[in-house]
Amino acid sequence: MTTSTPEPARRKRLPISLSKERLAGLFWQIVVVGIAIAVFAWLWSNAVHNLSARRISTGFAFLGREAGMPIADAWLAYSPQNTYLRAFIVGIVNTLRVAVIGIVLATVLGTMIGIARLSSNWLLSRLAAVYVEVLRDLPLLLQLLFWYVLMQGLPAARAAWMPIDGVYLSNRGLVLPSIPIGEGNLWVIGTAAAGLIALYALRRRLIARQLLDGQPRPLWHYGLVLAVGLPALVSWSLGVSWTITLPELRGFNFVGGLTLTPEYFALLVALVTYTSAFIAEIVRSGIQAVPRGQWDAAMALGLRRSFVLQHIVMPQALRVIIPPMTSQYLNLIKNSSLAVAVGYQDIVSIANTTLNQTGQAIESIALIMLVFLTISLGISLFMNWYNARVALVER
Amino acid sequence: MTSVTDAPENPLPFGRSRSRRAGSGRAIGWLRANLFSSIPSTAISLLLIFLLAKACVSLVQWGYWNAIWTVPGNQTSACRAIRGVGACWAVIPEKYRFILFGTYPFDQQWRPALAILTFIALFFLSSRQRWWRKELVFVWVAALVVIGLLMWGGIFGLPFVSQDRWGGLPVTLILATFGLAFGFPLGIVVALGRRSKLPAIRSLCVLYVELIRGVPLISLLFMASVMFPLFMPDGVNIDKLLRAQIAFVLYAGAYLAEVMRGGLQAVPRGQHEAADALGLSYWQKNGLIILPQAIRHVIPPLVNTFLAFFKDTSLVLIIGIFDLLTTAKTAIIDPAWQSFSVEVYMFVGSIYFAFCFAISRYSRRLEAQGKSA
Repeated sequence: MTTSTPEPARRKRLPISLSKERLAGLFWQIVVVGIAIAVFAWLWSNAVHNLSARRISTGFAFLGREAGMPIADAWLAYSPQNTYLRAFIVGIVNTLRVAVIGIVLATVLGTMIGIARLSSNWLLSRLAAVYVEVLRDLPLLLQLLFWYVLMQGLPAARAAWMPIDGVYLSNRGLVLPSIPIGEGNLWVIGTAAAGLIALYALRRRLIARQLLDGQPRPLWHYGLVLAVGLPALVSWSLGVSWTITLPELRGFNFVGGLTLTPEYFALLVALVTYTSAFIAEIVRSGIQAVPRGQWDAAMALGLRRSFVLQHIVMPQALRVIIPPMTSQYLNLIKNSSLAVAVGYQDIVSIANTTLNQTGQAIESIALIMLVFLTISLGISLFMNWYNARVALVER
Repeated sequence: MTSVTDAPENPLPFGRSRSRRAGSGRAIGWLRANLFSSIPSTAISLLLIFLLAKACVSLVQWGYWNAIWTVPGNQTSACRAIRGVGACWAVIPEKYRFILFGTYPFDQQWRPALAILTFIALFFLSSRQRWWRKELVFVWVAALVVIGLLMWGGIFGLPFVSQDRWGGLPVTLILATFGLAFGFPLGIVVALGRRSKLPAIRSLCVLYVELIRGVPLISLLFMASVMFPLFMPDGVNIDKLLRAQIAFVLYAGAYLAEVMRGGLQAVPRGQHEAADALGLSYWQKNGLIILPQAIRHVIPPLVNTFLAFFKDTSLVLIIGIFDLLTTAKTAIIDPAWQSFSVEVYMFVGSIYFAFCFAISRYSRRLEAQGKSA
């Protein structure tokens, strides 16, 4: 009997205090959500009223209409008679084209500068520091306009600079030698990619077996067959041509080769140099975060320097590097929307033109947001997956 | 110069060992240790010295020896004759008033100039740790009111100047500073909301932060300039600059909320528990115990975020607001001066750089202090 006396008291008090707290919480949530809904409803009713007053019909039906907008630098087949939908897809491809190449180049350049910053050569490390400081302390848009002005100040196509044979730099942009890609070439590239994936899977199995018996199993002859031999065989049997075409000056412009327009080139240079300054700092702090003892211990074991860097230092540095690197990649993609300032037609620029032509403001901006949110989410998911792979497995 | 010349503390063991204190009068020893320690290092040094010398010579030739500093009237033919060979700095004295102050009435331009000085004084005051007290909030309010009075006028015998005549550096500073001043309280509320136990409030805050951070600033500015009028009732017409300012506050709020969340996470849980044990209410607990500690933690990232805002204000060029970069770009539309954009961009760039370099130096010093503390 004595033990049962506190029981009812506790049963009584606990639910009351909990429910009081819960009630307050519920009340506040209802208030906040109610206010949010009310504000949105008010904005929406205004928008509906304004749009009907301006005779703009909401919805995405306009995507099927003829765009009538020229796109100078399209990789997909496009003409102004195509629909707005097609124009948007061309814009997305243009955004991805500058973003993906920009990410790769910025990573390479940023890593090089980050390592240069740590060099024992005083001059090299100081120059890298100045590079980082100057590029980080100027607005990207200013840098972009600056590069674009420099591009326009280049000599005309007739007097183009030729730093290397077949590479021309003029106010028409950068012209590079290229290999015309046909269906056969795509088959060969596809085979090589499949070979590399197979090789990667094989490597994992071989390492798993090595962990069991300690016998190292060489991989290179499989690699030779899968990544080189097989594609070569496909190329030979299909009779694919890999001849490089050099650009040629005809009249006022170049024929053949791969042309990067001044707008694209200026945007790419601005994005790559700006982002590389941030990446350099990330790489530097990542490498510095690896304790020096790790180097010393590995060297004391008599391991080769390249082996130490690849298998001991980099895996540890990557753990520090990857999370901030992800946000730099996302920044680069978002910054690629500055294209509109120099007239490179990325998704933002095309949505802006659409908006001016049709008045479909809400839909156009919703499309921009959708595209960027999708790309951002994709990159985040990939980097989270990669981060989970390199993360420290704690026991 | 310390930050630029700061030697990396933990260099890679590439090359030979380096001696850091060889400089005491023995220049040759220093050179051998830091520039010519090995064959690859020597090769790099020689190559860099060669390239650097070449770049310096051509820069001095272009910017100084062959440069033209003044031209009579608007006669820029002398400048155009040396295009590509020498700089035409004559464009700067000709245009600097427009670049700095936009279309603000010419005889009243001392007012934006004074506003710029007020901003600089405000930044300087806020950077002193002695001043990190509650009173700083009143200083900010007072300074922002003074700047508003100076820019608008309309009282104390100052003629009224409407916002569409504002331009140049004051607009850049206004966008960045007001964005911070209003975005910071917003960020604090959102960060608290994100840590709230109430699911509806938490998801609203997450939605806001992720939506804003997921899209480029340009799309927010487009929204402010094109979509915002659609969402307002008839007859309500909000000025373009104010709309851009609202977009900036919302943008700043989302980023500062993330900064603030980091600070809140750094406050040990014991502080929460102790405050709860004292029977403090939610607002008492956060206002008196948690936030003062969290804000101390976030000061260095806050400074970095402000640096990013300062650079990001230049994006208003795309929606046609006359900030520093837009006035620079407009100044060279003038046919006589059209071909001297490089000089003008260098001038504007040095202004941006002066502000950003000071801010980034300051933030690095704060971080170093935080580490040693």
